[in-house]
Amino acid sequence: MSLVLKLFFSFIQVGLFSVGGGYAAIPLIQAQIVDVYHLMTMSEYTDLITIAEMTPGPISINSATFVGTRLAGVPGAIICTVGCIIPAFIICLTLAHFYYKYRNFAGVQTVLSALRPAVVALIASAGMSILLLGLFKADKTSLLLSDFRIVEFLLFIGAFFILRKFKVSAIKIIFGTGVVGTLIYTFLPVI
Amino acid sequence: MLWQLFKATFVLSAFTFGGGFVIVSLMKKKFVEELEWFDEDEMLDITAIAQSSPGPIPINASVIIGYRMSGVLGSFIAVLGTSIPPMVIISIISVFYEQFRSNTIIATALQVMRAGVAAVIFDVVMNLAINVCKTKRFLYISCMIIAFFATFVMNVSAMLVILTCLAIGILDLLHDLYGNKKTTVSLPQEKLTE
Repeated sequence: MSLVLKLFFSFIQVGLFSVGGGYAAIPLIQAQIVDVYHLMTMSEYTDLITIAEMTPGPISINSATFVGTRLAGVPGAIICTVGCIIPAFIICLTLAHFYYKYRNFAGVQTVLSALRPAVVALIASAGMSILLLGLFKADKTSLLLSDFRIVEFLLFIGAFFILRKFKVSAIKIIFGTGVVGTLIYTFLPVI
Repeated sequence: MLWQLFKATFVLSAFTFGGGFVIVSLMKKKFVEELEWFDEDEMLDITAIAQSSPGPIPINASVIIGYRMSGVLGSFIAVLGTSIPPMVIISIISVFYEQFRSNTIIATALQVMRAGVAAVIFDVVMNLAINVCKTKRFLYISCMIIAFFATFVMNVSAMLVILTCLAIGILDLLHDLYGNKKTTVSLPQEKLTE
């Protein structure tokens, strides 16, 4: 089997079995790329995770592109990404079709209403994790009070205040904190 | 419409650091608050479906939103918009990997941006939580609080939380149906007269 085909089928499996978002995909990609096909070493794979986490976009798409580019250039990147997306595309399209067909039924609304508060909680939990990561530069299992970063805290409060007070787009806020924070750290090295 | 869909998903994907729920809050802000394409409840349903299906959450959510706005073609456009930015960025970075990893300015920018991302999520969550409280249903409010502690403190998987609340929803529905039967007692009587 050619390398490109191998990659394509590997990433179809990754896309199909990674239920629950990006972090679920990491061990699956490792199993396919490192353990089954030996296309990468473990240390290359660790680099990949670091990059995928540092850059925007879904982690599995990032990994698919990274693996594809490393092993087969731009065509490889496209093949891997398409493979990773195909299962999601078909399954979600089917689910979306049924959702819009039945969502106005009273019974379906009752069931969905109980689901919505849980989704709010899941988003809140993801937000808390990111906030702690921003304020302590460590995840919630290894928090140290001495690691508390006052600049990030003030940026968070400022950004939150602006968001509540004015109608500002999310992208401007994220980009703005990035610029302001980087300037503070670059020109006030004391902090 | 298709162009706007592409532009929106493209920009969101290009600026979203961190897991799937981050992009979901940005999508809520963009599609519900700014463009007003659909309402908040629908966005939460889309999130639940996206989380429960295999594959990356941002891609799943794009498929559903695209389908909602203009059918299968819409899905295709939205997925294209979501996948192009990470593909381009990663392709470039994989060439300059060493320089990228050791650059302190990039590292600082990525670290401080988390504060902004967190602020956006908290803004979205606050609006959502207020609306859950406005339902004044003890069941929904307690579901939300318990689900938060389960995921954040006890590290219960998101999938399990969604399935549990789905079961609670079904029980609630059965309770409703049972309650309605009580008010229409005429049914068994008719059977007797037969």
